[in-house]
Amino acid sequence: MVELNVNGTVQRVEAEADTPLLWILREQLGLTGTKYGCGIAQCGACTVLLDGEAVRACSITLEAAAGRRVTTIEAIEEHPVGRRVVAAWVAEQAPQCGYCQSGQVMAATALLAATPRPTPEQVEAAMTNICRCGTYNAIGRAIAAAAEAG
Amino acid sequence: MRQRPANLSRRGLLGAGLVLGIALPGRAPRAQGAGATQRRATRVGAYLRIAPDGAIHLQNPFIEGGQGIDSAVAQIVAEELDADPARFTVTCAPPGEDFRLQAGGHARYTGGSSSVRSSYLHFRTLGATARAMLVEAAAARLGVPAASLATEPGRVVHAASGRAIPYGELATAAAALTPPAEVPLREASAFRLIGQPLPRLGVRARATGRVTYAIDVKVEGMLLAAVLHAPRAGAQPAAVTNEATLRALPGVHSVHRLPGAIAVVADTWWRAKRAIDQAQVAWAALQGPIMDGDFTASAMLGRLKAAAGTPGNTAEEAGDIRTALAGAARVIEAEYDAPYLAHAQLEPASSTARFNADGTLDLWVPNQAPDQFQASAARAAQLDPAQVRLNSPPLGGFFGRHFAYGTANAHLQAIQLAKATGKPVKVIWSREEEFARDAYRPLAFATFRAGLDARGEVVAFQAAGYGEGPMTRHFGAAALGTPPVDGSIMEGLTGKPYRFPAKRVEFVPVPHPPGVNLGFWRSVGHSMNDFFLECFLDEVAEAVGKDPFALRAALLPDPGRHRALLDAVAAMSGGWSRGPYDAPDGTRRARGVALASPFGSEVATIAEVSARDGEVVVHDLWIAIDPGSAVNPRTIAEQVESAAAIGLSAALAEEVQFERGEVATRNFDTYPVLRRDRMPRIHVRVVESGAPMGGIGEPGTPGVPPSVANAVFALTGQRIRSLPFSRTRIGAG
Repeated sequence: MVELNVNGTVQRVEAEADTPLLWILREQLGLTGTKYGCGIAQCGACTVLLDGEAVRACSITLEAAAGRRVTTIEAIEEHPVGRRVVAAWVAEQAPQCGYCQSGQVMAATALLAATPRPTPEQVEAAMTNICRCGTYNAIGRAIAAAAEAG
Repeated sequence: MRQRPANLSRRGLLGAGLVLGIALPGRAPRAQGAGATQRRATRVGAYLRIAPDGAIHLQNPFIEGGQGIDSAVAQIVAEELDADPARFTVTCAPPGEDFRLQAGGHARYTGGSSSVRSSYLHFRTLGATARAMLVEAAAARLGVPAASLATEPGRVVHAASGRAIPYGELATAAAALTPPAEVPLREASAFRLIGQPLPRLGVRARATGRVTYAIDVKVEGMLLAAVLHAPRAGAQPAAVTNEATLRALPGVHSVHRLPGAIAVVADTWWRAKRAIDQAQVAWAALQGPIMDGDFTASAMLGRLKAAAGTPGNTAEEAGDIRTALAGAARVIEAEYDAPYLAHAQLEPASSTARFNADGTLDLWVPNQAPDQFQASAARAAQLDPAQVRLNSPPLGGFFGRHFAYGTANAHLQAIQLAKATGKPVKVIWSREEEFARDAYRPLAFATFRAGLDARGEVVAFQAAGYGEGPMTRHFGAAALGTPPVDGSIMEGLTGKPYRFPAKRVEFVPVPHPPGVNLGFWRSVGHSMNDFFLECFLDEVAEAVGKDPFALRAALLPDPGRHRALLDAVAAMSGGWSRGPYDAPDGTRRARGVALASPFGSEVATIAEVSARDGEVVVHDLWIAIDPGSAVNPRTIAEQVESAAAIGLSAALAEEVQFERGEVATRNFDTYPVLRRDRMPRIHVRVVESGAPMGGIGEPGTPGVPPSVANAVFALTGQRIRSLPFSRTRIGAG
């Protein structure tokens, strides 16, 4: 039994300690907004916040996440920066298929929470998630708008 | 004034047997019988439900996967229904005749960039029919003639008395009426929604993780399955030699042998995955062909190259090519190739199957053709198709990935495992399995010859495409016409607008191994052929000392929509200037141009590039698209940008590789797709020429690889004839 703080609530999870956080969220806690894309921390579809920092949940074990604050897309609008990011995402109509977008929104939220006025280089360094629909430019506009609104 | 619906002229399918929308350029648009469209358009109850609170639910024959089709059909219906598109909730319709709108009302699929153009008249008529029924119901309730009533968005109004009734209060009475056989449609000049850049539906849900994709489906009591396919396609699992060990692992329910794969079923997918990663399997060629142990993509290219010069089947012919080539002062020749491509949509394949107590089957599976999936599920489950409830969740990207491709779809595995375990089962393919059993864009090869006269005019043009496309693979040679021409290999070599005194385009069939599944990949044959041909055209320009832009203009009908589009894209980019030239940031840059005629639309593309560290840097893409007419110009611009991105992605670095007959590129580390660091600025202009409506989901793709490659040539003198660009070190350094 492991205690996990997810979106402000402590949850008791029964699973092998080396289970990736992604699958704990999706299968044990029913939080399917966090997506499986590659399993090797390449695509970023599973990005969540761990103590406020963007991490790839496919490559963080349950054990490593225990005792830390996990924030998922389901709680994004309770996050002051996240709420702004979502508003900008909607205004710019960034998502197409949407599958990668929860990860993109989480990555952008972590970026803007740490760096309210990021330079293009900082955006590039932080936003490495794959979007097969190619919405990168819309995402870039949304990040700029969210930064502007902050 | 309202006009009556006319027959919708569109580039049609060949017939009921061909259910994938491969545009056949070169064949004239023909009138489609309005009968089927009219018949389906009166089936208002099948499509529309208006709730008492005015919310409108629409069942869409097409599947939403990011292309905005839910919003497009809502926008079209709302125009004629006189309703607010934002009040619409759109879901994918179940299988059934009511929703077959293509191939004269015989087929249903989401593909070939055909959704809006094949259903535009249908949905307008449907909306107008529903509106007429609501007006009729209001007339009965108010006791006034229907002719005295009008509508405002969401309600019927009686101006004389100032009374108004919301649609939601009329819907039940309206639904009981017989739909009128004929209804007037709005004049285009009176459109208030069609042609407007309305927001897409579902954007907020997609920005907040609230869409349930197939991989997210949860069914009470379900088990989860991981699969492991044979390393070499075609091999079968003779035994799982450590089955007892696997079954003893935490959460594992059972271990199964499937056609060409094994599965571990467990209480969670992660536990199934962990177990299957430890599986020891004895693979054997129990039946059917197995991939050769020495198969590689380059070996396959060798087979195609070996066929060069083989007389092929005529796809297009004009004038006497033999005489024209013989009489030419010079003949230039070139060979081009492009690799196997994976769809690499972010949502891997999955499927959930549940047998119900009443003998029916519920199935959830990503798909672009519900009736076909229902039929194949029914066969696998030994049920009548009517006993299979097929659920089609929104797609986490598709790009052609989710047609019925046999071994590339997960639903037959889910059905087999649900049957074997007696429980609902969700199968999820790991990313590695997804890459290993995708239906790939075929590796392709083409040869070109151009005959030039003493003045440098092109007097003969010959092109040949080699190989096998998904049309041949999934519909059989009999579906290819006489002589057989696989449009999924040939489109883009055919259907070009350039005028040559003599021209011959031919198809040389060369099969791919059965173990390499072939699929439709965004823009299908255009994805490679427009690269091949538009680059060769630049070679011709170089040979005769002409500017590539001017050469194209000279070869195009004048006046015409292609010339207009060339002018438009030149204007967008500040006037055609090939370069190379020095940019303000100190980089040396050049530009390339390409035309494409995909899926009923016309596209002109200009790319501006520089070189850095041996790689091409694409700074800007200017794309002018003429889709004839637009339903939502914002969605069109978004789709063109998306399509351009995947075209650039493929051209830069994508290739499926095989080693020892096994797929070697199994994740995004070895199959690199475009990330934001190489995303260029993309500028899109929609030019509405008024030509018959064309597609928008795919046409942005094919112009990108050749415009970039032509720009690279202008910059460095390097002529790239083999994709991806990553094979070539760009620039001097």
